[in-house]
Amino acid sequence: MSKRRVVITGLGTINPLGNNVSDSWEKLINGISGIDNITSFDTGDLPVTFAGEVKNFDANEYMGKQHARKLDRSGHLSIYAAEQALLDAGFNPEERMGSNCGIVFGTGIGGIGATEDAVRVYDERGASRINPLAITQLMPNSSTGQVAIKFGIEGPSLTITTACAASANAVGEAKNMIENGIVDIVVAGGTESGTTPMTIGAFAQIRALSTKNDTPAEACSPFDKNRDGFVMAEGSTVLILESEESAKSRDAKIYGYVVGYGSTTDAHHITAPAEGGEGAVRAMDKALKDASLSVDEVDYINAHGTSTPANDKNETSAIKTLFGTKAYDVDISSTKSMTGHLLGGAGAFESMVCILSLQNGVIPPTINLNNKDEECDLNYTPNNAVNKDMNIAMSNSFGFGGHNGVLVFSKT
Amino acid sequence: METNEVFDKVKGLFVEDLGIDESKVTMEAKLEEDLEIDSLGIVEVVMAFEDEFDIEIDDEELADVSTVGEAVKLLHSKI
Repeated sequence: MSKRRVVITGLGTINPLGNNVSDSWEKLINGISGIDNITSFDTGDLPVTFAGEVKNFDANEYMGKQHARKLDRSGHLSIYAAEQALLDAGFNPEERMGSNCGIVFGTGIGGIGATEDAVRVYDERGASRINPLAITQLMPNSSTGQVAIKFGIEGPSLTITTACAASANAVGEAKNMIENGIVDIVVAGGTESGTTPMTIGAFAQIRALSTKNDTPAEACSPFDKNRDGFVMAEGSTVLILESEESAKSRDAKIYGYVVGYGSTTDAHHITAPAEGGEGAVRAMDKALKDASLSVDEVDYINAHGTSTPANDKNETSAIKTLFGTKAYDVDISSTKSMTGHLLGGAGAFESMVCILSLQNGVIPPTINLNNKDEECDLNYTPNNAVNKDMNIAMSNSFGFGGHNGVLVFSKT
Repeated sequence: METNEVFDKVKGLFVEDLGIDESKVTMEAKLEEDLEIDSLGIVEVVMAFEDEFDIEIDDEELADVSTVGEAVKLLHSKI
């Protein structure tokens, strides 16, 4: 039996670049950074004082204070992005989506802000004053449950926590659900809101973050010789995946197709990539085989490209291993140079970038790429967007834990 | 403290802290049906009462409380 084709019919996003799809895309193709000094809390003695924060978003205004105060910020962002995506796909967010709709959401660390707040209250005021909503805010599946409740999504639900690969895995598992005929529609996405004091402090302790505090917008410089770490960012992106027949039967707009998914594990080290990106090579290979495509057919790779010394070097090696001489021809870019690292929300955001790139025939650049690194010698679309007629794009996502999730998208 | 003063303080907590629409907070309002305070929310309400009035409320004492008026009556008796 041939597999059902999976289309994308709706997109929604809120991230450091913008609070909707079109604003975000404008920033992406013009190479504008969303990274700035942290404004949501006093950075005190933190060694890192900048991040990619969502701007101009008031949850109380959006959903009313009585509802908003029950959710962690990650829940606010998830519902906001999901509502946009459902509207974009032509659904009425006031009506229940029902049992033919599933939800797969990714997050790295769930409601970590609520966790930090609850621990602070416990330390200062004791057990009897812990917020009774703390558990429902901090559990990693909180966004999944809250989005499902809000929009009446009654089909299967999954929450995926494979760190920075989480929402790539979410889109991939959603694709599998539809291909296998389990449901016709899946709300797939990812959210992270970990730009909080302890979390930034802890990432800084393992030397994962850029410390270029004086130049926040230039700090994230994937594949540049002087890169010094990733930049924390927050946001949520949601894609509506649907069987092609379901989309066509209701005359929905079709952005493109999810055609390949590869998921592998390094089984090597909890943070460091396997030498040469061995696990990444296998994931890219699996995704292309799933799509029945060869490396020659890939027009664009949206790289994981975090701006850490280890990732960018190993991802480059992995692409060379799989693509051979073709590695030097394929167009690559890291949009994290502009958004920062959305962690568990990155895979969904970058899936959206791939789809929009194919649709618009534009490759967003890798900004802040000025100094050549001999270990990173591929074409990373430095600093300026490139116009190109394309059909196939690949999105790479790799997470702490050694998790690799690769997706392949097609325009037709 | 008079009953109406207790009510004013309770109303203030519901509106300011919990974000409930001011017009809904009457003595007759049912906590669950009218004010949409669910089983998790009630724990927050109790914590807010305890902090505001410097008292302790046992779970058993809550068994007979389903409206704002009944909450005000309970609080008034404990202050």
